[in-house]
Amino acid sequence: MRIALLADIHANREAFEACLDDIARRDVDRLVLLGDLVGYGADPAWVVAKARALLSQGAVILRGNHDEATAFARGGMTADAAAAIAWTRHAVSAEDAAFLGALPMEVEEDDRLYVHADASAPDRWIYVRDADDARRSLEACTARLIFCGHVHAPALYGLTATAKLVPFKPVTGVSVPLPRPRRWLAVCGAVGQPRDGDPAAAWHLFDVISGEITLHRVPYDVATASDKVRQAGLPESLATRLLRGR
Amino acid sequence: MIRLVEGEVLDGFTIGRLLHVGGMAALWQVTHPDHDSDLLMKVPRLAEGEDPAAIVSFEMEQMILPRLGGPHVPRFIASGGFDRQPYLVMERIPGRSLLPLIDDLPRPIEEVADIGARVAEALDALHRQHVVHLDVKPSNILMRDSGEAVLVDFGLSRHAQLPDLMEEEFRLPYGTAPYMAPEQVMGIRSDPRSDLFALGAMLYFLVTGTRPFGDPQRLKGLQRRLWRDPVPPRARRAECPEWMQEIILRCLEVRPERRHPTAAQLAFDLRHPDQVALTARATKRRQDGWAATLRRRFHPDHRVRFDRAVAVMVEDAPILAVAVDVTEQDEALSATLRGTLEKLLATMPGARLACLNVLRQNRIALDSTLDDFGRNKHVQRLVELKHWAAPLGLPEGRITFHVLEAVNPAHALLDYVRMNGVDHLVMGARAVSLKRKLLGSVSAELAAEAPCSVTVVRARS
Repeated sequence: MRIALLADIHANREAFEACLDDIARRDVDRLVLLGDLVGYGADPAWVVAKARALLSQGAVILRGNHDEATAFARGGMTADAAAAIAWTRHAVSAEDAAFLGALPMEVEEDDRLYVHADASAPDRWIYVRDADDARRSLEACTARLIFCGHVHAPALYGLTATAKLVPFKPVTGVSVPLPRPRRWLAVCGAVGQPRDGDPAAAWHLFDVISGEITLHRVPYDVATASDKVRQAGLPESLATRLLRGR
Repeated sequence: MIRLVEGEVLDGFTIGRLLHVGGMAALWQVTHPDHDSDLLMKVPRLAEGEDPAAIVSFEMEQMILPRLGGPHVPRFIASGGFDRQPYLVMERIPGRSLLPLIDDLPRPIEEVADIGARVAEALDALHRQHVVHLDVKPSNILMRDSGEAVLVDFGLSRHAQLPDLMEEEFRLPYGTAPYMAPEQVMGIRSDPRSDLFALGAMLYFLVTGTRPFGDPQRLKGLQRRLWRDPVPPRARRAECPEWMQEIILRCLEVRPERRHPTAAQLAFDLRHPDQVALTARATKRRQDGWAATLRRRFHPDHRVRFDRAVAVMVEDAPILAVAVDVTEQDEALSATLRGTLEKLLATMPGARLACLNVLRQNRIALDSTLDDFGRNKHVQRLVELKHWAAPLGLPEGRITFHVLEAVNPAHALLDYVRMNGVDHLVMGARAVSLKRKLLGSVSAELAAEAPCSVTVVRARS
């Protein structure tokens, strides 16, 4: 089975569509959306409609902090994020908001755990930024492999038999084996708002049989997506960071 | 875990003889109905009390070997995971490793240069696949019947595009004491030039019969090579030529940036002894004095520090070649050709340039080596080639000159490009003329056939 992992779509229709087109060319059996369908971007209604269609076709969809904040008014966000959430709450229907609020916090299948942020306390939305964060997630669950998002920059952490952690920054297009008996945590890059310096949309392919994960980067029409953010009256910084990928 | 016994079958592989038991793994000869030739099965030693590095290094090799290709590595066949019986099956290279050579030292200089060049070519092929071997030594090098050196055992290797399981797992440096580069001793595993140091230590051993840094068993002894330079090879063996000492001592430089920038450039030097630029290294007669040694050991300004974040790109130090036709006096084309080279060389400070000229031979008649005026044609061409390149202003170490004697210029240039690992050939296009119509275009043939980039330069008319 070949699984496509998409994190942090953030209402970016152009990036999401470009990734889905790329995935359609690569013989993928299952889609996993790792949370944050909405927030920041200008097309939340379209992205939610697409996600609901994918869900009916068997996709796994997780809840992110922006999805939750759209469904239930919640604080604790940066000014830009809060402004975007306020806008998003008006841009989606009550039905869509309910859909976002009903998404699961974590999903486990075989030896894999899908979650939006840190797995030790998914509802606290802690970033997995370094080896210590990754260790906390891995020690909190029994799954051999954890796939998460939230950070907006791809990274890979391997936990060895002697409890040491190997941090690694994946290279685009190079498949990395995640061999047993080691345990691994993959932080997936963002579809809709990359922050690792590369504005291209990111998604990951995990091949269950070969045990290999591959980072893919897809160039998309950033100018249009950025323009829409500006037209919608969302904070200017959200428009420019798409162009810079930071 | 299964206990392997001769005659048993594992995943279709029939277990044959036990060939070797090393510190980290055992090697079995195996066969498989899908494969005609003999295969090799490597099985890690996992028993209680074994070195945990055996497991991790086996995992690394399982990651790296399937990603490698070409004649300089054993072909990967299959692997089995840790859930049942971990193993790695690969092509079995016929013939022996270089290990027996060290029973009969010292070796002839020509033989050492030839072996060194072959190993450097294998290392270049490996480095271009993003892998640093980190355990280059005679027992890890085999020679194919076709002449290529084959590197084996990637258990300590590092792949730049894959997670490094060894680095996080172990604080102590892993490697083989006599050959380990100073930066590797200090825990840096990402510099391809570490392999050039190891090869230099091996060449030193083959030439002099003595290991340059002995065989220290403790970390303190390993670290000595950071401040204590080896006895120059010529002090141990007088007939070691200066060019060989130059090459060996350059490989053994403590700072990686003072070694050859790439394995390809090292191979080039070993293949062209007459073109090696000699420095003070070539004539050094004894080890550095105690004052210098103490300074390097204790003085904060003189102690060497290694940059952990170094990202050395093989592509940054290519071998460029330029084919120059010194017989056609076309100043406009010459200037354009040099201008193109200047731009390439300016962007790549590690690049070196080989200037080539073909001295055409007649197909049947035996050519005299002397021209009508009695001058040696070959020497004359070299002089003209150097004169042509003088405006480039390149220092001795970055430029070499080669006059190729051949019936067919295109074939001669192609052979040269193939044999010397040239990355980029620059040449001028012959003007449209009766001669080109009759002879065909050399540049067109090279652009089509050469295994590297070819830039054909024309002066705008």
